Amino acid sequence: MDDSRRSFLKFAGISALGLGGVSILTGLKPGAVTAADTASEPLYKNTEKALTAERWGMVVDTRKLTRSLCDKMVAACHKTHNVPDLDNDRHTIKWLWTDGFEHIFPMKHDQYLAERLHGLPILSLCNQCNNPPCVQACPTQATFQREDGIVMMDFHRCIGCRFCMAACPYGSRSFNFRDPRPAIKEENPDFPTRMKGVVEKCNFCAERLAEGKMPACVEVSEGALVFGDLEDPNSEIRKVLRENYAIRRKQSLGTNPSVYYII
Amino acid sequence: MLEKALRGSKGYWVWLLALLAVIGVGFGVYLRQLNFGLGITGMSRDVSWGFYIAQFTFLVGVAASAVMLVIPYYLHDYKKFGKITVLGEFLAVSSVIMCLLFIIADLGQPMRLFNVLIHPTPYSMLFWDMIVLNGYLLLNIVIGWNVLDAERNDVPPPQWVKPLIYLSIPWAISIHTVTAFLYCGLPGRGFWLTAVLAPRFLASAFAAGPAFLILLAFIVRKFANYDVGREQIQTLAKIVTYGAIANIFFFLCEVFVAVYSQIPEHTAHLQYLFFGLEGHGVLVPWMWTSIFLMITAIILLVIPAARKNEAVLGVACVAIFVGIWIDKGLGMISGGFIPNPLHHVREYVPTVPEIMITIAIYATGFLILTILYKVVVGVKQETGE
Repeated sequence: MDDSRRSFLKFAGISALGLGGVSILTGLKPGAVTAADTASEPLYKNTEKALTAERWGMVVDTRKLTRSLCDKMVAACHKTHNVPDLDNDRHTIKWLWTDGFEHIFPMKHDQYLAERLHGLPILSLCNQCNNPPCVQACPTQATFQREDGIVMMDFHRCIGCRFCMAACPYGSRSFNFRDPRPAIKEENPDFPTRMKGVVEKCNFCAERLAEGKMPACVEVSEGALVFGDLEDPNSEIRKVLRENYAIRRKQSLGTNPSVYYII
Repeated sequence: MLEKALRGSKGYWVWLLALLAVIGVGFGVYLRQLNFGLGITGMSRDVSWGFYIAQFTFLVGVAASAVMLVIPYYLHDYKKFGKITVLGEFLAVSSVIMCLLFIIADLGQPMRLFNVLIHPTPYSMLFWDMIVLNGYLLLNIVIGWNVLDAERNDVPPPQWVKPLIYLSIPWAISIHTVTAFLYCGLPGRGFWLTAVLAPRFLASAFAAGPAFLILLAFIVRKFANYDVGREQIQTLAKIVTYGAIANIFFFLCEVFVAVYSQIPEHTAHLQYLFFGLEGHGVLVPWMWTSIFLMITAIILLVIPAARKNEAVLGVACVAIFVGIWIDKGLGMISGGFIPNPLHHVREYVPTVPEIMITIAIYATGFLILTILYKVVVGVKQETGE
């Protein structure tokens, strides 16, 4: 390696350290979250109590959804993850939100749709696809997939090209068009806040799983959400899927989502 | 040879200073964007790529069109293009530089740009776009400069340039192909999910680029007293004609597949662009203008008497250039995002700061183009060609 290349790499390394330092200053718990210099390193260090799975999945039981329950789940998610509450519709950040059946399942919309589904809020979140197009699109591996299937964002590596947003067929990604921090109502010190110019999305509460806790939305879901290991035949989620007919969003696109909906 | 750019008429310097002023203002606005974030643009969660990426896409085409001069001149030994090939290559240089500037302007975290090099990701099309764009820039600078320098010294270009020239031909095709691949490999974006996108990009490029070059040839003739030749301009005009017809043909292929199959995910975007969807149709008049301009230009170009009249040819070239600019610089990117994957219609209109930054990047391109063309014309006049 010649000198100029070495010094360039050194410079790059120092820059990376600098960015890590910034994140600690902004309220990141050192140790709980690593700066993850390479995508293969885990972003969250598992504690002894950690919940693990071969492939995490979620079932949304739409029969149990109500407006107030959905609001509660969205609030829990957004509070946990310091999602800002921005008034400009163009700048909105959403991790978990609701939409009508005809929007969540545009290809399954039907004139004679069951009465129950009219006006019913249906939860939308990152599908944590097993074959994620966003990971394929990302030019820096800032979006990457963990071995347990969770598609993660490395906020420190994202260059803000928004290619992943174009690639996602579910509109599940948000971009920080402005500094989100002033718009965070009540900051949760256990999760990092973001800076302007980076993409973010639902992470299946990877940081909570690492500490042995269920995802924030699941915790308050009153049984409307079932979370577990899709590869474990004895898991609760597999039992629910065995006993109920469930559909997935835009399955024909081959992204293989890990979020199922019981209609 | 650069010293040739340092001597010029009063008009030349006024033009350069005017461009610098525009760049200065745009750079100021860019600093504001850097400070506030991309929120100063009209882009949103639903239309996450806007004016910047659209201009980048359009200009990749202008850059790729240089191959329409390189092929006849170097591959078919069409010697008469000797007077204009370097102009085409330098147009490519300034276009690619604008492309790169538009990409940087579009990044949320531009200071992390080099992450693309630090963490190379071969399955991301953006990685390959970076490779082909920078490679093409380098190729055209090296080739254009060396060929011009050899001409000035009245010697043949160095032998090692020749393989680079041949390499530049598939490379030109690659820049627009890879740029099309940025869009047409994405699931759930029915408007772009078509194998004909790359060919259509190339066809439109081979119309818009040479059309612009014809206009530049007129400008150079008027202001720099350098004539690339009537026959050369007519040959370019035929290239524009074929390119424009191929572009319209590919477009009609798209329309047929979408409309005849009646698959909603494919028809919805065309419907939005040309007729409006759910009461939204900000691009409708633009898209019809684009179609009108391209069809009118084709009619003018296929009639030999009209094409041979340089005034009419000029009008046709402007119509082609503007028509394709609307198609790619406005409709192509927005149209792919609207309606969004959840089938909501959220429109996009660029903001004033966004347009100011865009104009400044165009001004930067024109500044580079002017300086390069000044050098070319200086050398050509010196050698008495």
